[in-house]
Amino acid sequence: MSIENHLKLVDIIFKEFDVQKEVLDKTFQRTNAEIVQDILDGGLRGRGGAGFPTATKWKLTAEQPSDVRYVICNADEGEPGTFKDREILTKVPTKVFGGMAICAKVIGAKKGFIYLRAEYKYLLKQLREELLEFNKYSEEKIGFTIDIRMGSGAYICGEESALFESMEGKRGEPRNKPPYPVQFGYLGKPTVINNVETLVYALMICAMGSKLFFELGTKASRGSKVFSVSGDTPVAGIYELELGMPVDRFVDDFGDGDTKAVQVGGASGFCVPRKKFKETIIGFEGVPTGGSVKLFNSSRSMYNVLHNYLDFFCEESCGQCTPCRIGTQQLLKGVEAIKKGDKPALYLNQLLKLANTMKLASKCGLGQSVGNSFTSIVNNFREEMIY
Amino acid sequence: MSEKIKLTIDGIQVEVDKGTTILAAAKKVDVKIPTLCYHPDLCVEGSCRVCVVEVEGSRTLTASCATPAVEGMNVHTYSHKVYQARKDIISLLVSEHNTQCTTCYRSTNCELQTLAAEFNVDYNVYLSVLKPNNEIDRSSWSIEKDNSKCVRCQRCVRTCAELQQVNAIDVAYKGREMRISTFMELPFNEVICTNCGQCVNRCPTGALTERRYYDEIWDSIGDPKKHVIVNTAPSVRVALGEMFGFPAGTRVTGKMVTALKKIGFNSVLDTDFAADLTIIEEGTELLTRLKKALVDKDPHIKLPMITSCSPGWVKFIEHMFPEHLGHLSTCKSPQQMFGALAKTYYATKRGIDPKDIVSVAVMPCAAKKFEANRPEMHSSGFQDIDAGLTTRELGLMIKQSGLNFTALEDGQYDTFMGESTGAAVIFGATGGVMEAALRTAYELVTGRAVPFRNLDVMPVRGMEGIKEASIKLENVLPEWHFLEGVELKVAVAHGLINARQIMDQLARGESPYHFIEIMACPGGCIGGGGQPIPTNMEIRKKRAEAIYREDIDKPVRKSHENPEIKQIYAEFLGKPLGHKSHELLHTHYRKRERY
Repeated sequence: MSIENHLKLVDIIFKEFDVQKEVLDKTFQRTNAEIVQDILDGGLRGRGGAGFPTATKWKLTAEQPSDVRYVICNADEGEPGTFKDREILTKVPTKVFGGMAICAKVIGAKKGFIYLRAEYKYLLKQLREELLEFNKYSEEKIGFTIDIRMGSGAYICGEESALFESMEGKRGEPRNKPPYPVQFGYLGKPTVINNVETLVYALMICAMGSKLFFELGTKASRGSKVFSVSGDTPVAGIYELELGMPVDRFVDDFGDGDTKAVQVGGASGFCVPRKKFKETIIGFEGVPTGGSVKLFNSSRSMYNVLHNYLDFFCEESCGQCTPCRIGTQQLLKGVEAIKKGDKPALYLNQLLKLANTMKLASKCGLGQSVGNSFTSIVNNFREEMIY
Repeated sequence: MSEKIKLTIDGIQVEVDKGTTILAAAKKVDVKIPTLCYHPDLCVEGSCRVCVVEVEGSRTLTASCATPAVEGMNVHTYSHKVYQARKDIISLLVSEHNTQCTTCYRSTNCELQTLAAEFNVDYNVYLSVLKPNNEIDRSSWSIEKDNSKCVRCQRCVRTCAELQQVNAIDVAYKGREMRISTFMELPFNEVICTNCGQCVNRCPTGALTERRYYDEIWDSIGDPKKHVIVNTAPSVRVALGEMFGFPAGTRVTGKMVTALKKIGFNSVLDTDFAADLTIIEEGTELLTRLKKALVDKDPHIKLPMITSCSPGWVKFIEHMFPEHLGHLSTCKSPQQMFGALAKTYYATKRGIDPKDIVSVAVMPCAAKKFEANRPEMHSSGFQDIDAGLTTRELGLMIKQSGLNFTALEDGQYDTFMGESTGAAVIFGATGGVMEAALRTAYELVTGRAVPFRNLDVMPVRGMEGIKEASIKLENVLPEWHFLEGVELKVAVAHGLINARQIMDQLARGESPYHFIEIMACPGGCIGGGGQPIPTNMEIRKKRAEAIYREDIDKPVRKSHENPEIKQIYAEFLGKPLGHKSHELLHTHYRKRERY
């Protein structure tokens, strides 16, 4: 398959594994400092899209003065086009639990939670069965057990502080930061919240050593990542690949020969037009993603794509802060008006300014990221917005 | 001694305690940052984003109300970046707003209007995102809600949750559908709203207002067949001036009376007269309950007895603790006592047909509008109080009349049901009813004045949420022998969150008190839902101070020494808790639903 020629397929996440015998038994014997150093050496950054250095997050949480701490696995997977956590939870759930358990040991947590998006309710029975067994083991070893909490179908609850609010039975509205989750998280206690994939990589670094992970990827984007590829591609699916590849090589392997644009990072990500394929890197130094990569060929209307994303944000915004609640509506109504001819084409410039205001002044990452797709699509496909 | 940190704001060095927000630090050096969702009475929200500032080194702008200052921080509160963002944010708010300022009740006192004008926002920059088919909720007697003017600052939600702990309104839906609403989006009159109006006091725009009745009052005044009388609550006279540029806590009693006369009310009377009456009735009721409990050992007697003059509090207990309604005094509020007497005693004395009397009350209160319309408030055979006006509405009527309020001469209340004591005027402050009751009850029982210097019962005064006091009853008069040695324990609570605490304790059977004063509004009536906007702790304190100064200046300071009170009992009522009193001055309550 051509993928093997251009992009490096990696097999770390989905590799079959006896989590207890092959990793946890020996990892639980190591010191916390050793474990943190290992993950630090590996260069692991969060795989949910934000990319915060994992070892740093664990270390900061461990240092907080508190009797109670929590580990939370963010399985809300709400970004459009992301469906890789679903696969991880289906195929290798004990690896996720294992990653949580290592984190729990490092930070001193007794309780962990998996926040599972409502649409993945069908996984609940199987996960609970696996957990029953795992909890027996982890409780005995380090006094740690995991429980599952369901989301209720809101994208915003993938945002860490909104997730805590949701778990606490309140509206999923992001909190003011500072304080950050490492200090004040679930129930106001120091909390590590990590993406499903991040936790598995943490476990695997402990299993195979940091060097193997470090040698993959690039300086700013160490390691590999699971991608969920969709759109105009003959090979849609879930792939674990090295990070840091340029978009053109990606398109060579996944495109249908007519790729016009690649949306990296879903609705809150960046649209890369063909002319920028070569110079754009898929990674933290270029366009980061939580896994969602969608290819569009020349039959697609980028106006339609943008409209879809803006409508999504209008609906999914929590509504508390002005720039996002009203800004998303203005962007949507604005592009509609320009298309219809109710507003002149120059109005796009006002909207671009607005997108910038949203980036600077929104209370959380949702509002701050709307501008990513808006600006990249409008700037690269301007005429499709107007005519 | 808390840790200090230094930061720079607009080039000015400032030192603050660790944990101070950038907004508060800026205030310290006279740097004013505009805000909208921020309110000094409430927890920090940080969602309007109007107060964003530039902090060097930060990728995004920072909400100054929600961010603690950090050592070495360098803040710019009006850089070009900030200016652009702020103007954009205000423009967005305007695009979501019903901008019919010309006819809005809050015009000239609206925080969005002020911001939009300051930034000279162009209405035509953005498209309107106002929802069509806006319906104003006018179902309640007291509160009116207009979603098209809501800026989603959530001040009302925080007020109802934090200050009052009623939670009648909350955020509903999300994203573009996000709005402030009630349980199941029911109209106001069908939910647990107590009508306290605290939400109205904190709403920055005209989204939440009181129901307004001054048009009907103007009509009555203009009707030659009608005899329109007005009674004014104590709290109005120390706050009305704020609507005419006077600082908070200015006593404008005389000007208020003159203004009312000039507007055309046939008789300007004082609710305080009825407050004195309330003390006599309620004091007697308390002593009667104490006698029944201590002498007759009646197991059905409910102690502690709790005051019932705050209609917001009354609706609260009817919803939340209906099984304990027996603890409420059966006395009506001064407003309603006044109303019942207006169309009986007053009508007879003045030789006016009660059906031609329109009795109006000017109150610091939104709930009084609801109270006036309670079905049981028809003891006179007519609706006892025809309409309640807020201090704000009176201010507007004075403006409408064109009177130059600041230049008015001081006038006197009419001498019939217009005489009152210092004990009555302190009803306006939290602890006032209790103090007034103690001044009378103690003297009734012992023959001596309350053992406090200058009659000032200091333990029940002040802004503490729940205040306690106890007075030992010693060397009592012979007829009150059963109270000898009794330590009368009292409590005063203001703000419904504290009322709830008192009631939870009572429900657990742990209430140690004999008598409790509860006011729905923080600060007592001077902080009422009908008072001039804005409100904050400082303003409420100043108004309360003014109330106590009114008390000191009164020649008579105990309710039972009010000559008009002695007269009304002699001529009309007979005795406290007598048959006539029960008919006109006492009421009953009912259970309301929990949701």
